Amino acid sequence: MGHSSDQSVAARLPDAEVHHPTWQTYVWVGVLLTVITIVEVSAYYIPAWETSRVYVPSMLFLSSIKFIVVVLVYMHLKYDHKIFRALFTGPFVVSIITIIALLFLFGQISIQVGGAG
Amino acid sequence: MATTAHAGTVDPHKGHHYTTTGLDNRKIGLWAFLGSECMLFGTLIATYLSYKGKSVAGPRPHEWVCAATNVVSDSPIANCVGQMFTPILDIPVTSASTFVLLMSSLAMVLSHNAVVHKNVPKNTFWERVRGSSKLWLAMTAFLGMAFLAFQTYEFTSFYHEGLKLSTNLFGSSFFTLTGFHGGHVTFGVLWLWTLFAIDVKRGLGPDDATNVDLLALYWHFVDVVWIAIFTLVYLIK
Amino acid sequence: MATIAAAPTYAPSTAASNTGMWSWITTVDHKRIAVMYLYTSLFFFMFGGLEAVIIRTQLIAPNGTILNAEIYNQLMTMHGTTMIFLAVMPLSAVFFNFLIPLQIGARDVAFPRLNAFSYWVYLFGGIVITMPIFFALAPNAGWFGYAPLTTPQFSPGVNIDYWVIGLQILGISSLAAGFNFITTIINMRAPGMNLMRMPIFTWMALVTQFLIILAFPAITVALIFLQFDRFFGTQFYAIAAGADPLLWQHLFWIFGHPEVYILVLPAFGLVSEIIPTFSRKPLFGYPVMVYSGILIGFLGFGVWAHHMFAVGMGPIADTMFSMMTLLIAIPTGVKIFNWISTMWGGALRFTTAMLFAIGLVSLFTIGGISGVMHGSPPADLQQTDTYFVVAHFHYVLFGGSIMAIFGGIYLYFPKMFGRLMNETLGKWHFWLYFIGMNLTFFPMHYAGMLGMPRRIYRYDGGQGWELFNLISTIGSYMLVVATAIFVYNFFRSRRSGAIATSDPWGAGTLEWSIPSPAPEYNFAEIPTVRSRYPVWDIKSSEHGAHEIPHGELGEIHMRDHSMDTASTEVEPAPKSAKELGIVLPNNTVMPAIAALSIALSSLGLVLMRNENKTVGVVWSVVSAIMIFVSIYYWMTTPLEDEH
Repeated sequence: MGHSSDQSVAARLPDAEVHHPTWQTYVWVGVLLTVITIVEVSAYYIPAWETSRVYVPSMLFLSSIKFIVVVLVYMHLKYDHKIFRALFTGPFVVSIITIIALLFLFGQISIQVGGAG
Repeated sequence: MATTAHAGTVDPHKGHHYTTTGLDNRKIGLWAFLGSECMLFGTLIATYLSYKGKSVAGPRPHEWVCAATNVVSDSPIANCVGQMFTPILDIPVTSASTFVLLMSSLAMVLSHNAVVHKNVPKNTFWERVRGSSKLWLAMTAFLGMAFLAFQTYEFTSFYHEGLKLSTNLFGSSFFTLTGFHGGHVTFGVLWLWTLFAIDVKRGLGPDDATNVDLLALYWHFVDVVWIAIFTLVYLIK
Repeated sequence: MATIAAAPTYAPSTAASNTGMWSWITTVDHKRIAVMYLYTSLFFFMFGGLEAVIIRTQLIAPNGTILNAEIYNQLMTMHGTTMIFLAVMPLSAVFFNFLIPLQIGARDVAFPRLNAFSYWVYLFGGIVITMPIFFALAPNAGWFGYAPLTTPQFSPGVNIDYWVIGLQILGISSLAAGFNFITTIINMRAPGMNLMRMPIFTWMALVTQFLIILAFPAITVALIFLQFDRFFGTQFYAIAAGADPLLWQHLFWIFGHPEVYILVLPAFGLVSEIIPTFSRKPLFGYPVMVYSGILIGFLGFGVWAHHMFAVGMGPIADTMFSMMTLLIAIPTGVKIFNWISTMWGGALRFTTAMLFAIGLVSLFTIGGISGVMHGSPPADLQQTDTYFVVAHFHYVLFGGSIMAIFGGIYLYFPKMFGRLMNETLGKWHFWLYFIGMNLTFFPMHYAGMLGMPRRIYRYDGGQGWELFNLISTIGSYMLVVATAIFVYNFFRSRRSGAIATSDPWGAGTLEWSIPSPAPEYNFAEIPTVRSRYPVWDIKSSEHGAHEIPHGELGEIHMRDHSMDTASTEVEPAPKSAKELGIVLPNNTVMPAIAALSIALSSLGLVLMRNENKTVGVVWSVVSAIMIFVSIYYWMTTPLEDEH
């Protein structure tokens, strides 16, 4: 790997490294991820929840919390340079919109008005 | 000429590794790559979801079997008493493998932490454990390999249940999606052992923080993709 | 440095070690890679053009007999594939490679070896996809390769195999280049070069790279599905198994529409450099130009299904995509008006480059307007799959991209090779292109409106199409003559063109502050930038002269550079990198070997399916090992010597 450790490391140390969370934070995030996963899997086995209308939205909600926490804390996006946030969020949003539009077009997400798909 | 070219030059003008933002090139490139991977996995997931329930022949991810009429369906069957819900997707096993992958992310972030604080003196046993980048890198790699083992078990059992890549739309889209993810994990494991080998050879220090960071970002991304797959493919019927 | 070379007046800046075939194969210098891109993509441009001319000759009169249907399909497919992936995209890559580091004041791109890798992958991918035509086995399902037509059920032959793996290989090249240029533009800008001072070409290049890294994954996935269907028996596109016949179309056009902007935004960028230069005015409405470029990029992802109005998506989807499509006309129109406003009141000089730029503004407008026409679903249903659409996208891609690219070649030839291209021949080239292009493509509007379908290899007389087809074919011959003039001019000027000064056109951006041809290290000292047109600032104010250290001299040439008569003054040869103590990346052959191995390993798939399974597997495994070994050496070798 060609060039890494030279003066530019020192230049960004105060910005990038000091504000990183401690190992305790990481462990707590790990606990949170485990708890959410347990809740999700339990929901799958609770018929009252699994068959209810809120099942799918609640699953999407729970997994997006996991997604966001990992990206913000483990991937340091919350603490890192804003350019990284832009580099990831922009493409991510475009991808999500594209996928949702695609699912609409394939009729997997039904809409009430008209007869699309 | 010599005067203007050399007088009062400072780092930005002569320094070979000057960067506009002060950030490492590779990290910017990697984030752009991860943005692009969002679209790759997004398209794969969208295809899987679009094809869900469209397979002409079984096996299907979640099936209901009506014992009386021998009807098999993707959704609960109307007018059938005593129907059986038989998911081919093995939720307990996959929950375990999901947990394993999540914990590998924790181990990964701890190895990054250990490398960054390599030069901080360690007094107690636990501080030494926390500060051992070798331990956490190896732990991450082993957890990653455990995930792959789970996936191999899952693929093999599907194969024995008659689900192959070419069986139906479910088989094609499921194996392609999870297989691509597994391929990413495999690459990550190779990368992990490479860094581990370097750590054993010369020891990783704060100067290598970016090297570890790059791997960590990749590894966590592969993890969040699995978070999405686990919910969308396994838990939602 | 004090010595001034006598004759020849331009001393080569490259050391002896930097010549010869091997130095080209191993080079990691972005300028040399740009030159390789230029030669390769011009070759493919002419190859694709030749295919088009054969097609036009077949269609010159009713019931043409020189081609049969199969060969026609192959030529038609290869014309589209070649022009899009092997000619126009890499012609844009010529300028990405050459200009981005020069315009932002950097010594090279962020990852020089990855850059070489991109080129070699492109070259080998191009060879894979092009070779079969010499055996009449070329891909034959159109450049869009609609599945299920391309599934093994309907295309059992080897033709589509080459197409699938060829495009997959080319995708690697584009993606690698995309990450590289994004990093370069974000992170390698000279001090003071903030985003709003960046030359507009670099801006459009940045938007284009984001389009590439977001659009290519979609086609990568679509191609993976097709590859798996063809090689491993999956059923992604097998209708009998319940597959959706629209899956490919959606995935393809999610890529395909942004691809249109990938082809045309760099052209917009080039025109935005040419017009201010030859109007002697800064670009009108610079921030709006930037924002409209970004907006085009974003909206470009929301319009893909307008290629599919005819498949029956329902009124809601049609309306949404139609609205988004019509919206794109706004930022595009903004650009057109800004170029006109830049020229308004300027001191115009109609050089060849300027003529090509004006050619783009006028021809692209025509293509844009016909685009708005079939952005409306009811109109589109009449026009889809007719020659009207062929006319539309040739106005956009020939009238847009190709015009700007040739303008760019005339503009930057001196910076690449140190000599000017001949303006008289250039003007012949332009006018023949301009007239020939309109003769070729304008009648297609009429033929299409009269109902002539696309992609037919022959047609019956008496339907009112004869005259239009005759004119089209004559026009295409003019394009051939014009291209021949260009090639002659190119090689003649390369050898004996007038010597160029550092800024022969009086342009204002950073690349014109260094000698022509650009020295291997680009900037002897990394400049500090204080405005959008730094070189103009220096020329207009004496006291600002020290702000842009001037390459080899450390001072600014204040003399007036008239453009047609090249300066007879002698610029001293720039110092070598070694003399200046600049450490440059070492040459390496590993990127080329890695690229070659990737192409070979993919060919193993073709062998596996069509010849001998064992041989194919062994072939693939061996070349996969070659990939790993070459990348291992690449990764473990430092980019440059210790210093």
